[in-house]
Amino acid sequence: MSAHDHAEHGHGHHDHHGGHAAHGTMGSYMIGFGLSVFLTAIPFWLVMTGFFANPQTTAIIIMAFAVVQIVVHMIYFLHMNTRSEGGWSMMALIFTLVLVVITLSGSMWVMYHLNHNMMPMSVGDMSQMP
Amino acid sequence: MASAPTIDPAFLDKDGNPLFHLEHEPHHPEGSSTMLGFWMYLMSDCLIFACLFATYAVLGGNYAAGPGPKDLFDLPLVALNTAMLLFSSITYGFAMLAMEKNKIAATQGWLAITGLFGLAFLAIEMYEFAHLIHEGATPMRSGFLSAFFTLVGTHGLHVTFGIIWLVTLMIQVAKKGLIPANQRRLMCLSMFWHFLDVIWIGVFTFVYLMGMLR
Repeated sequence: MSAHDHAEHGHGHHDHHGGHAAHGTMGSYMIGFGLSVFLTAIPFWLVMTGFFANPQTTAIIIMAFAVVQIVVHMIYFLHMNTRSEGGWSMMALIFTLVLVVITLSGSMWVMYHLNHNMMPMSVGDMSQMP
Repeated sequence: MASAPTIDPAFLDKDGNPLFHLEHEPHHPEGSSTMLGFWMYLMSDCLIFACLFATYAVLGGNYAAGPGPKDLFDLPLVALNTAMLLFSSITYGFAMLAMEKNKIAATQGWLAITGLFGLAFLAIEMYEFAHLIHEGATPMRSGFLSAFFTLVGTHGLHVTFGIIWLVTLMIQVAKKGLIPANQRRLMCLSMFWHFLDVIWIGVFTFVYLMGMLR
């Protein structure tokens, strides 16, 4: 693409313009795919076989697998790195992650306390509700 | 009286009048900021899903004496669905690799396979939804089901639009070839498609797998 034709303008952009976003190679896609299959299959297997007697243990492990798989997808499929677009895509991602954490943890925290302070209701009462 | 503030000569035109803009706008090649802009869109889409996940997290336990995840979810079907989306991700990757080598036929072939995996995903999801609704587990049944259908349905809607976009781009590539504009569009769709797979990781973990553990 025409990125280098404009280099002489020199207005502080040292990253590539145009379509020169980082691309994967056959190898990197296959590594990403292999890791994803592994990281997907294990949680399904853990839940379907009931490997751990304690559901809480399983929940924590599958959440950890999900986080790792999201990072794998970000690196191998979305080609995220700290350098692309002069670091701005990473900044946007970090900002989004902060908002996501606030949204999720805030909602659950507030609503848990709301539920906690509500009058208890039995299943029988609930089935009478409109 | 304070004298008028002196102005940097770089901000004066040749007659000495102040300039309120740069005389030479920095020139960017067409589409140079598209990828960053599209990334910003994906991040805002991520926030939509964060709100829907939060809604599900809050309402996911409100069954209103109706069916819960254990009564409704069919994990082998979800595993098959997950496999479809994962396969479509890697085949889109192959399309991008073919695009880099300027192989139009291979790019189109891999795009078509990606679209078919996407359609298979949607078909399985439609089957699942139809099955749930047939059993009386409609979005109106309980807070849990409202949140479930909204979250999973929004993801499915994204996949639907992704497939429409994919077909549009296949027609564009067939008509104009792998010109820079089409390469840029294919890279945007690549990000969109992989992003949907990332959201699906959250869906199958938090909705389906954790639902079976409740």
